Amino acid sequence: MNLLINGQERVIENAKTLADVVSHFGLSERIIVIEHNLNIVARELYAETPLTEGDKIEIVHFVGGGC
Amino acid sequence: MTDTLKIGNYEFKSRLLLGTGKFSDLDVQQQAVDASGTEVLTFAIRRLNIDNPDNPNFLERLDLKSFTLLPNTAGAQTAEEAVRIARLAKASGLCDMIKVEVIGDMRTLMPDPIGTLKATEILVKEGFTVLPYTTDDPLLARHLWEAGAAAIMPLASPIGSGLGILNPHYISFIIEESPVPVIIDAGIGSPKDVAEAMEMGADGVLLNTAVAGAKDPVLMAEAMKLAVEAGRKGFLAGRIQKKRYANASSPMEMMIE
Repeated sequence: MNLLINGQERVIENAKTLADVVSHFGLSERIIVIEHNLNIVARELYAETPLTEGDKIEIVHFVGGGC
Repeated sequence: MTDTLKIGNYEFKSRLLLGTGKFSDLDVQQQAVDASGTEVLTFAIRRLNIDNPDNPNFLERLDLKSFTLLPNTAGAQTAEEAVRIARLAKASGLCDMIKVEVIGDMRTLMPDPIGTLKATEILVKEGFTVLPYTTDDPLLARHLWEAGAAAIMPLASPIGSGLGILNPHYISFIIEESPVPVIIDAGIGSPKDVAEAMEMGADGVLLNTAVAGAKDPVLMAEAMKLAVEAGRKGFLAGRIQKKRYANASSPMEMMIE
């Protein structure tokens, strides 16, 4: 499956849902938020969010920042 | 009587909000957070480095029960970008407060007033507790709290500049008029600036570079905590009027001759 993840083209074999992407990168325990084709997906819906070729995925997290 | 800072539905004992950027070391950062006594920590939202997802992350070290998170929309240059970042932050399930930051100029990092107001209006309607980062313009501040901002965050001076409060006169107009807390954000350089802001009647300060960039960030965090408390108490106590000439403290009668 060809996906555009955080702006990078990636091939993830046998990825069927967003949950497969999360486990591919080992992110199950991490505090992250995912946007799938510009829609935010709740964590509990990762396994029910099917992927198609060329989907755009943003995986974001909290980093240090302030003013 | 306890003197607390109320922002929307939140209530804090500490009036010091602390950013989490630019610390050189996570242990120093943890000690600085503890020394500052802060209850509110700001964060930015960024792409995860998918090739190296295990980079140390300060948020994941924190006891999240002890702090309220105030994510910012730093990096946004339009209202739409700020709204997108705010929604991502909220989807974490960790917070519904958002510091709206729409930067209009990359050299000064001054906020774009139109984009800031627009993003504030949208996010208030979506139920966020919105704290917009704004210029020291009293009329813009008025538009922001009329739009439902839970606090107003005027800059003291450009972000990271350490120049202190450049326009105390206009900031005093904002403080006088605002029905919501006024938190001085950005440009504060030293405990003196913090005490000045608090003595003017500001409800709080948001610091980052002034602490993270100090030679000893932990000691500076403590100094800032004390400055917030000193300034706040000074404000509540009510300072004396300034006079042009001396006014003796010792009696002028019954002098020895």
